[in-house]
Amino acid sequence: MDVPLNYYLVLSALLFIVGVAGVLTRRNALVIFMSIEMMLNAVNLTLIAFSSFLGNMTGQALVVFVMAVAAAEAAVGLAIVIALYRNKPTVDIDEINILKW
Amino acid sequence: MSVSAEMLFFFFLGALAVTTAVMMIVQRNPVMSAICLIGNFFALAGLYLLLHAQFLAVLQIIVYTGAIMVLVVFVIMLLNLADERNLVDRMNIRTTFGIVLSAGLLLELAVIVFTRSYPAMPRPIPTVAGAMGTVEGMGAALFGPFLLPFEITSLLLLVAIVGAVILAKKRL
Repeated sequence: MDVPLNYYLVLSALLFIVGVAGVLTRRNALVIFMSIEMMLNAVNLTLIAFSSFLGNMTGQALVVFVMAVAAAEAAVGLAIVIALYRNKPTVDIDEINILKW
Repeated sequence: MSVSAEMLFFFFLGALAVTTAVMMIVQRNPVMSAICLIGNFFALAGLYLLLHAQFLAVLQIIVYTGAIMVLVVFVIMLLNLADERNLVDRMNIRTTFGIVLSAGLLLELAVIVFTRSYPAMPRPIPTVAGAMGTVEGMGAALFGPFLLPFEITSLLLLVAIVGAVILAKKRL
C-alpha cells in the first residue's frame, strides 16, 4: 500500500508548527535560528512530496534553491550573532534591547 | 490489511523526525538542540529517499548536516553559552503568545486532517530511466528551465560570503 500524499503534507505541517513554536518560545538566538532551519526543511519536504506525486522536477529544483538560500542565511545570521556577542556577551534576545523605546 | 514496507519506513522516519524536532525546541542546552536537529535532518533525508529524490537526500546530508549544522555547532562552541532557564520561570507575554499561536496552528491542522476527506492521488510510476530524482534529471532541470535562478544563486552565495566575512571581522 502506497503512502498517500496527505501523510507527507501532514508531517511537513507538523514540523513547520514545531519550528514556529521554537521561534516564538525560545530566548537563545541560536536555537531560534535552528527553528527557522526546521521550518525551511518542512517546506522542503512539502516541495519534494508534490514533485514526486506530480512527476515533475520543478519541486526538486526549488528545493536546491531553498537549500542554497538557507546556507547563505546561515552564514550571514551566525556572523551577525557573533558580532552581537562581541558588543554585549549574550545571545539572549530579551537582553538585546537597545533599540527598544 | 498488510502494511507495506514503504508505510513502515514512513511512520518510523516520520516519528523520528517529529520526536527530534520536539526535543530540539525543548532542550535547554544548545548543543543538545543542535544534535537533535542533526537527527531530524537525517530522518528527513530518509524521507526524501522514500520520495525518489536520491540526489536531494544526499544533498541534505552534505549541505544541511555537514555544513550548516557544523557551522552552528562551531558558533555555539565559540560563544561558550550557558543553559537556558526553564520555560515556567521565564514566562512573559511573548512566550504566552507563542504557545497560544502554536496550539492554534496545531488545532487547525487537526481540524483539516480529521474532518475532511481527500481523494486519493495516484502516484506516477517512475520510468525505467528514472530521470526523476537522479543527478541527470536535476541537471536537466537546473540547466534548462531554472538556469536564471541557478546563476543568481551563485551571486547570492558570493554576497553571503563577503557579508559574513565583513560582519565577523574584529577590525574592518
